Amino acid sequence: MLKNITLGQYFPGNSLIHRIDARFKLILTALFIAMVFCAKTPAGYGLIAAFLIFVVADSRIPPRLILKSLRSILIFIVFTAVLNVFFTKGETVLFSWRFLTVSREGIVFAVSMVLRIVFLIVGTSMLTYTTSPILLTDAIEALFSPLKKLRFPVHELAMMMSIALRFIPTLIEETDKIMSAQKSRGADFESGNLFRRVKSFIPLLIPLFVSAFRRADELATAMESRCYRGGDGRTRYRVMRSAARDWVALGAAAALTAGVVVLRIFGL
Amino acid sequence: MDPILETKELTYSYDGDDAAEKRLVLNGIDLAVERGSFVAVLGHNGSGKSTLARHFNGLFLPLGGAVYVDGIDTAAEETIYELRRRVGMVFQNPDNQIIASLVEEDVAFGPENLGVPREEIVRRVDEALASVGMTELRSHAPHLLSGGQKQRVAIAGVLAMRPECVVLDEPTAMLDPSGREDVLDTVERLRAEYGLTVVLITHHMSEAARADRVVVLSEGRVCLDGTPREVLTDVDALRAVGLDAPSPVLLALALRRRGADVGELPLTEEECADRIARWLETEKERV
Repeated sequence: MLKNITLGQYFPGNSLIHRIDARFKLILTALFIAMVFCAKTPAGYGLIAAFLIFVVADSRIPPRLILKSLRSILIFIVFTAVLNVFFTKGETVLFSWRFLTVSREGIVFAVSMVLRIVFLIVGTSMLTYTTSPILLTDAIEALFSPLKKLRFPVHELAMMMSIALRFIPTLIEETDKIMSAQKSRGADFESGNLFRRVKSFIPLLIPLFVSAFRRADELATAMESRCYRGGDGRTRYRVMRSAARDWVALGAAAALTAGVVVLRIFGL
Repeated sequence: MDPILETKELTYSYDGDDAAEKRLVLNGIDLAVERGSFVAVLGHNGSGKSTLARHFNGLFLPLGGAVYVDGIDTAAEETIYELRRRVGMVFQNPDNQIIASLVEEDVAFGPENLGVPREEIVRRVDEALASVGMTELRSHAPHLLSGGQKQRVAIAGVLAMRPECVVLDEPTAMLDPSGREDVLDTVERLRAEYGLTVVLITHHMSEAARADRVVVLSEGRVCLDGTPREVLTDVDALRAVGLDAPSPVLLALALRRRGADVGELPLTEEECADRIARWLETEKERV
């Protein structure tokens, strides 16, 4: 049950997308999000779709996995579509029944909303699919390091994030173990209504939390033993180096964003 | 004698300073660990052995008495990090002491904290991983490793800080038998290679037999202290503090009670087998 969580998982590879510096990929993702919100016309969406297809194809990540990550938010997508179709006021009414009206504008708006959500999910998951969490954390620390001057705890947050990432598999394994233990003693996690099912998770969460706190305590001791004392005076084993391809990718993405903006301005 | 670790009338309590009646976990420990030696600390659960271990690198500070590392008082705040570099510590749970998501990154964690220049960190990581035989798995995620491998990574992480002494707090308690051998062999090899001082906290008699000095704690005091042969064959004294002598010793004693003279008590299975074989030879000759 817990093995099939794919959202936010990394798939190692050696494609162009994989090799782009994590800091650049983070900026590219931000640009991509801006692009998605700027797009308004079919041509704009087409451009973004083409870009996304290129990225997915290059990364060699099986499209099946990408569809799977979409499936987890399927309800959300359907909900958005239905709401927008029925509740957008439009002039060209196609169908009307009691308080429900379907207009051409409504359908167009719903389609564009769904496209936006799909683009955002696929685009941002491409970041996490192709970037190792460690590099991503490093990139966040590097990009936000100017905030250190404002006494914002950038290093501490990055350290917390990397530890959280390190412990995700460990805690998943532990959850599985506790679940098996509870099941072997007759606990039922799968039947009953939602309320019952949520309730059945309480005996799972309590031991999980207790053990997580114990782990945190032991980890802090181990870190102290290895002379950890915050980010000051710390050197880094891994260094990030940008290559020409990173700048080329950034340029290309900037050009694409500009293209989407131009398409919007001219209403094409 | 040139002690690297030294405790003087060390007392400690978990109850804090203001508790009226303190239950002392450590109750007056005087111990000196010689440089380059391999000392095993044995004891029943709650005997204070882990608490003692945590005093050696200043994780715990004495309630009474003092602890010295290379003559430096562990209570001195300004030298605490130098102290922790000199005395590396490996803990029981292999999962809860690996900080990074990649083996090599974890080994680099200590030197990074010490502010070692990058080129030097790279050199140390390579060397430490080679010493524990984990070079091939350097870019693996730690959760994919076996328990024994995780502990070897933890040892490499300590080695990369270039310590003089390694304190291992029940490093094999959560491992399967093959992982246990793996870790102990690594420790022994490194000791020979780098001249490290090793303090091994354990409750496995067979592990203590590999040391060159065994200290037994009970109720926060040192109750036995000597060579493995002296301590581990003292069946009655061990039993008095809730410990069982190693099984080869017990087997040899049982044989003795049945009239078989197997000679000096053996500490390891190999030794035990030798003694029994020799006794069988002499019996054959006599018949």
